Amino acid sequence: MKLTVPILALSLLPFAALAADAPAVDVAVASEDGIRAFNAEEIPTYNIAADGTLDWPTFSGYRRYHAECHVCHGPDGEGSSYAPALKDSALRMDYYDFVGVVAAGRQKVGASENSVMPSFGTNPNVMCYLDDIYIYLRARGTDAVERGRPAKRADKSEAFAAAEAACMDG
Amino acid sequence: MKRFTISVVATLLLGTAPALANDSVLAATGDSKQWAAQLGDYAGTRYSELDQITNENVGDLQVAWTFSTGVLRGHEGAPLVIGDIMYVHTPFPNNVYALDLNNDGKILWRYAPQQNADVIGVMCCDTVYRGLAYSDDTIFLHQADTTLVALDAKTGDVKWSVVNGDPAKGETNTATVLPVKDKVLVGISGGEYGVRGHLTAYNISDGSMAWRAYSTGPDEEMLVDPENTMVLGKPVGANSSLDSWEGDQWQIGGGTTWGWTTYDPELNLIYYGTGNPSTWNPSQRPGDNKWSMTIMARDADTGVAKWMYQKTPHDEWDFDGVNENILVEQEIDGQMRKLLVNFDRNGFAYTLDRETGELLVAEKYDPAVNWATHVEMDPASDQYGRPQVVAEYSTEQNGEDVNSTGICPAALGSKDQQPSTYSPKTGLFYVPTNHVCMDYEPFRVSYSAGQPYVGATLSMFPAPGSHGGMGNFIAWDAVAGEIKWSLPEQFSVWSGAMATAGDVVFYGTLEGYLKAVDANTGEELYKFKTPSGIIGYVMTYEHGGKQYIGVLSGVGGWAGIGLAAGLTNSNDGLGAVGGYAALSDYTALGGQLTVFAIPD
Repeated sequence: MKLTVPILALSLLPFAALAADAPAVDVAVASEDGIRAFNAEEIPTYNIAADGTLDWPTFSGYRRYHAECHVCHGPDGEGSSYAPALKDSALRMDYYDFVGVVAAGRQKVGASENSVMPSFGTNPNVMCYLDDIYIYLRARGTDAVERGRPAKRADKSEAFAAAEAACMDG
Repeated sequence: MKRFTISVVATLLLGTAPALANDSVLAATGDSKQWAAQLGDYAGTRYSELDQITNENVGDLQVAWTFSTGVLRGHEGAPLVIGDIMYVHTPFPNNVYALDLNNDGKILWRYAPQQNADVIGVMCCDTVYRGLAYSDDTIFLHQADTTLVALDAKTGDVKWSVVNGDPAKGETNTATVLPVKDKVLVGISGGEYGVRGHLTAYNISDGSMAWRAYSTGPDEEMLVDPENTMVLGKPVGANSSLDSWEGDQWQIGGGTTWGWTTYDPELNLIYYGTGNPSTWNPSQRPGDNKWSMTIMARDADTGVAKWMYQKTPHDEWDFDGVNENILVEQEIDGQMRKLLVNFDRNGFAYTLDRETGELLVAEKYDPAVNWATHVEMDPASDQYGRPQVVAEYSTEQNGEDVNSTGICPAALGSKDQQPSTYSPKTGLFYVPTNHVCMDYEPFRVSYSAGQPYVGATLSMFPAPGSHGGMGNFIAWDAVAGEIKWSLPEQFSVWSGAMATAGDVVFYGTLEGYLKAVDANTGEELYKFKTPSGIIGYVMTYEHGGKQYIGVLSGVGGWAGIGLAAGLTNSNDGLGAVGGYAALSDYTALGGQLTVFAIPD
């Protein structure tokens, strides 16, 4: 039963990318650096094994999203009563724009809107995991990862742990 | 000239009668034609003596008039009515409208504060504001950026303002304030930013600070007297907070005071609760983390603590202890007692003697609660007063990077800040509750000022094996410690409730319904769907000889974040994902006041 799900998800991916109203996103793994996977343009991407096992960085993104982002943006990147669904933003926005907004913040304040994204540029709990959060949201946006806690995940690699420690201590 | 006269009179009165505000609030809340405080009265009962609208005729209720607040995000709190004027507040930007009830709600004055919008970004869980306070012809506005403003109730002119905290450190405000005697008591929000909580008293005459009592730290900064401040019948002793933390963690240790304060004029004691210890990762803060999660009883004049009771030592679930402490007189074992009743986030309802802090009853008010078996009630036990934690649901014992599953209640608690009500006629408490459980995985985080300081991932879902909904509205007997009746609700009940002498209890739902139920049986007598989800508090007043019911709509707050897209339970297996109701299928943003009456 569980086996059919990843197969289904995989077969849906190209379809989602081709749909007229969905932005074309390249989430295919083109390379890996021992820490995480990248697409052909060297933008971080998620990596789901044939048996449905989620790579550690994407799982890490799930954890960090639900600590740092979800108090405004709602569970599973689905959005809240006032903050946008980031699973969609991560597909719509260019990677560098996404990083820029998280680091610098953004304000839309006026007669009808009081929307303020704070700046997380000095917050290691966010910035050290921003690629993880980004790929988790892309996985949500493309439905490669379902809502809720991912059931199967890879363990944290030594390279990831070393990079994490360096970032958090720096 | 006129303004000059008023200020002279005020000064004269203040000079001769320092207990003025006390008398003013007692007089204002004692007149049931008015609605003069968010909790209805000093005791926090949200009960009205008005009885034109009864359990016989409430079914005939109709909308009398409405008012758009012009603000979209979550609207908590209730309007006040003083004399012929209604005072309506909004969430950020925290506008205030004075409406003339003699002239179809014409706007007499409005006050629009200028605040740096950066504060929005550091408000955990929406830009809510739990409403204005009143005493001595003064409206107290406590802005999101922690500026406390005293406004002339007749003109809206600023009398004075004072700043209570620094949003750059994550210090914000969502709570109302409480005027007591010649002071106004002010709390602070920001437990998810490592803010060190405190309650502060400002002098009503000029806004100068009278005292500040921290929730954590050295005794002198907490206004704790080691010999005379009592904990469960014993003196607290020296350094009780410092000894319960590792190192300097208490300085960023939370214990914020974003809930409610109530007051007993006879005992001259104020009561309030302190919030969660920071971070949400319990392994990063060994010890009991005193005095987070605590019911505080303090002298209203000096701020010195009379007694304290920590409900959840060493919190492992974010069960903020800030909910309202309702002060009632009830009979226990044939004796009338001065009681304090508290429905804590942790799922236990506590009944204490409010003079001494003696613990009388501690029972679960939602049968789903499972993180502790019970609260130890034997004074001879070394566990006296402590919840007995179930190892399976202990995020501390399970450890960092481990996902503890099926914990009930979820972090939002069996009840959050939404205030309950008490009817002296039925002797029952009516409590808006959440029926939600969670998985919780703590992990290590580092602190940086003004940034979120959370350290846990959690996912929430409706209480398993129950009715599938996320809320209940219950009637509670605080002497017996029992649920009398319980009404299942599809979503958490996030509105403030109100009981009346007409034997009706009112509450709102997240879909937007105002509901009226029979105070004795819980039978639903009336419902009306307002324009947006209700997280505001129901209030009532009388004008021109007629009773009105009012409530703010405007979905948001924590409920608007957690429930907008619906909940999922990963433990259910793949088939159930997305299977629970999504609030976004029922309602959208929009602040509006709806006022109801029975047609002539």
